[in-house]
Amino acid sequence: MFPPITLEIVVLCFGLLLLLVESFSNGADKRGLAKGGIAVLALVFLGSFLLQTNPPTPEPGSYWNFYSADPSALFFKRLALLTTIGILIMAIDSQETLAKSIPAARPNAGLGEFYCLPLFTCAGLMFMASAKDLILAFVALELVTISFYVLVAFTRGSAASLEAGVKYLILGALSTGFIVYGITWIFGLTGETNLQSVAQKMTTIHDSDTALLFAFLLVLVGLGFKIAAVPFQGWVPDVYQGAPTPITAFLSVGSKSAGVLLLLRVIQPFLNVPSIQNKVLCILTLMAGATVLFGNLAALNQENLKRMLAYSSIGHAGYLLVAIASIRSIPSPFGTVGATIGFYLFGYMLMTLLSFMILTLVSSQSRGDDIQHFNGLAKRSPFLASALLVAMASLAGIPFTVGFYGKFLIFAQAIGAQQYLLLGLGIVAVAAGFYFYFRVIAAMWWNEPSVTTPIAVPGLTRTAIAILVVSIFVFGVFPKPIMLLFQQ
Amino acid sequence: MLTILLLVPILGAVSLLLGKGDRGLTKICALLQTALTLTIWFAYDRTKAGYQFTFASDPLLPGLDLRFSLGVDGLSLLLLLLSAFVSLAAVWLAPKAEKRPQLYDACILLISAGVTGAFASQDLFFFYAFHELALIPTFLMIGLWGSGERQAAAWKITVYLALGSIILLIGLVDLFLAIPSPNRSFDLVKLQQIEMHHLIPVAKQLRPWCFLTVGFGILVSLFPFHSWAPTGYASAPTPVAMLHSGVLKKFGLYGMLRLVVPLLPDAGKLPVYSNWTAMDLLLLALLGNILYIGLVTIAQRKLDYVIAYSSVMHMGYIFLGIASLNLIGLTGSALLMFAHGLSVAALFAVAGAIREREGSLSLDRLGGAAKSVPFLGICFAMATFASIGLPGFANFASETMVFFGAFKDPGSSFIRTATILSLWGVVISAVYMLRAYKSAFLGAPTESSSKWADLTGSSKLVLGSLITLLLLGGFFPKYFISYLKPTLELALR
Repeated sequence: MFPPITLEIVVLCFGLLLLLVESFSNGADKRGLAKGGIAVLALVFLGSFLLQTNPPTPEPGSYWNFYSADPSALFFKRLALLTTIGILIMAIDSQETLAKSIPAARPNAGLGEFYCLPLFTCAGLMFMASAKDLILAFVALELVTISFYVLVAFTRGSAASLEAGVKYLILGALSTGFIVYGITWIFGLTGETNLQSVAQKMTTIHDSDTALLFAFLLVLVGLGFKIAAVPFQGWVPDVYQGAPTPITAFLSVGSKSAGVLLLLRVIQPFLNVPSIQNKVLCILTLMAGATVLFGNLAALNQENLKRMLAYSSIGHAGYLLVAIASIRSIPSPFGTVGATIGFYLFGYMLMTLLSFMILTLVSSQSRGDDIQHFNGLAKRSPFLASALLVAMASLAGIPFTVGFYGKFLIFAQAIGAQQYLLLGLGIVAVAAGFYFYFRVIAAMWWNEPSVTTPIAVPGLTRTAIAILVVSIFVFGVFPKPIMLLFQQ
Repeated sequence: MLTILLLVPILGAVSLLLGKGDRGLTKICALLQTALTLTIWFAYDRTKAGYQFTFASDPLLPGLDLRFSLGVDGLSLLLLLLSAFVSLAAVWLAPKAEKRPQLYDACILLISAGVTGAFASQDLFFFYAFHELALIPTFLMIGLWGSGERQAAAWKITVYLALGSIILLIGLVDLFLAIPSPNRSFDLVKLQQIEMHHLIPVAKQLRPWCFLTVGFGILVSLFPFHSWAPTGYASAPTPVAMLHSGVLKKFGLYGMLRLVVPLLPDAGKLPVYSNWTAMDLLLLALLGNILYIGLVTIAQRKLDYVIAYSSVMHMGYIFLGIASLNLIGLTGSALLMFAHGLSVAALFAVAGAIREREGSLSLDRLGGAAKSVPFLGICFAMATFASIGLPGFANFASETMVFFGAFKDPGSSFIRTATILSLWGVVISAVYMLRAYKSAFLGAPTESSSKWADLTGSSKLVLGSLITLLLLGGFFPKYFISYLKPTLELALR
């Protein structure tokens, strides 16, 4: 039995150790670093099931005042660990592509950090999951974002990656500014940064609705950038397309779940204030409607799969916002909104990792990541084509996959909250989604391949893909284990 | 038993996808499915209402009565019988696929598994989920092995049905939430309990009714949501057309009978727009199916389009029976679902056989085929007569009941007018079906049709079994109705 904070400490220390090893490793193959990282993260994941529980009342001054290890925090920690493992597997597969676009004097030079930095992102995500205090949440978010700044621009030989890096840096810094300013306003109004105390104080404040709404808007703008909600989504397509593929996947899963989790925590105090509750929900509804519609409609005619997945990730942010906008004081029979979002993010992680893992393999062996490069994949590699079919079906929301259960729960929340506008937009979005996800299926199965060379799949990746496909089905039929994990 | 019935096609499909097995395995799966269904059919105790052969898992979501549960009653059993025979015919009469034969067969089995699961489910969630299972195989099959504008048709059918499904899903959840909280359940048995029927306040019935009727309506190709059906069926490879129009489409009607009629009985009387009640709008839509689509069908010059449009048209009658909301009408529509499924599957099977021999289904280029392929000709003629509703076929018995039921006790002033207008549909369908038969099979044989080879051996038997069932339904409707009656009585109480 360990105290929960050991998990983060192990991940961070091992990250530092890897960096140290890397600096002495000269020309050696750097993929070993990633394998070490995968092993340790897997151990930490197992360790997360052997933890001491929260003390019931934290002593003043102890770290429990800003750190919690409740079931939902643990759930998101595990999500971060699994995501990072998936990303490292992809990073191993994309080694060749990476090496080509990094100008280096010696072979393998300048590659090592690519395998170490994801661990720091992971630690940031784990701290974020536990943050009960705005300051810790902010610091954790920055740890995530700063390691992303490096990773996005990592392939410095490619102009697209550099462009993505600059865009991500500028907009990320700007959004951070908004969040800090918002936190300052919250602190100014309540004198607290601990979320529980903030919530208590806010209900006692009178006559400062405008100030409260302003603080809420500032935080929302900042987090809107992080989760790629309309109208703050402009950076997403370029950054996703330009960044190295594993990092795109990481951004799409990690950055989004961190942002959504923080948003869920931060809006709770605002929703407790009766006088602004309706306005807050109204703003969230508008944002959710715009995001779900824009993401899905803009993805319709994308020719590049990475770009299409970028727009689809905006669409999925929209579905998550639909759930957030459906928070009501009366509990829904379909479970809490928090559990719905947790399950959706879990499913989203599985199907996104699966799609990007296959994308990494196919694009490195077909020299491109347009949809047309997937033509006839069913002939070149039936295994990859079937797996990508499962991923796309799950993203579109076909039953017996996690994607369907997630959508089902979100729509059920929205119906229970009588969000008819969002439901109407959601119908359009889902139908559009079927079109663009099925385009990939059509390319793989209907069309003839331009090159017929089979695609080699390394053993580790093959195992990972198989596990992801099986989990998509298993948790798509038996979601209970996940939901229970979240509730206890 | 039902679990095995469901597993047979799924395991068959998985094995085919893994590269093991061929058409022989597919045929064995289809035969097993039919044999199992027949066993259940004869072992079923038809004097009782309620579900038999049940199986249920633990709840799948904490705090919700949602389980993986299977079970059949008279209504679902009749549809399972239909799906077993149509699947058998679809597998047997499917032309040999030149490219990727294993994927082709796996897709047929998956569609068949989807319909079996939908009708055997005792839980709303899985009832819905199994229906959607057929979406991807349909998409792949039409796009890969279809004819004509196959890719456009595949897109249209997929996106349109996805749209219908999501509206339906919203309707199902809305229905679930309309039930007062301690009784909420996804279990069809619990929803069927008599005390549940009047639990939903009248004022709350209209919204789920609209969602469900539009959702199911899209899946059934109710006018004006029908445009996916004709192009989709005409371009689809024969087995898909048979399974989709014969069985899968009945899913929406089954849902109407299962959920909308018993749980939301008063919604139809509520006004929607000035004096028009919800039921009046449904009647208008079904008149669109019968009269407008009927006339459109007459104008078709290709055999596959004639059959496809006629199958859209006949949905109108089934909806008319459902709109009558009395026992005769509902029994009529349930039996008509069975009869129509068999006749349209037989028609598509013959059309597919002609396409295989001639390469085109344009009525101008066909003629005189009855001489060279007498068996196909006789089957087509029988299915044609059935589809028109000639006495002696199940369609006659059921259409009569639909008309009687709709005319009997008018729920609204409009339903009698609608019934009288619908009767003209019989004349319309006689015009196009007989004309199609005449131009394809009678007259002087064309150069190519004189060289065609007829069906042989077991294929004859399989196609013949569809016609035999139609005749059995026509001569002994009482036998089939005895299965339906307890279930439908329960639905109306």
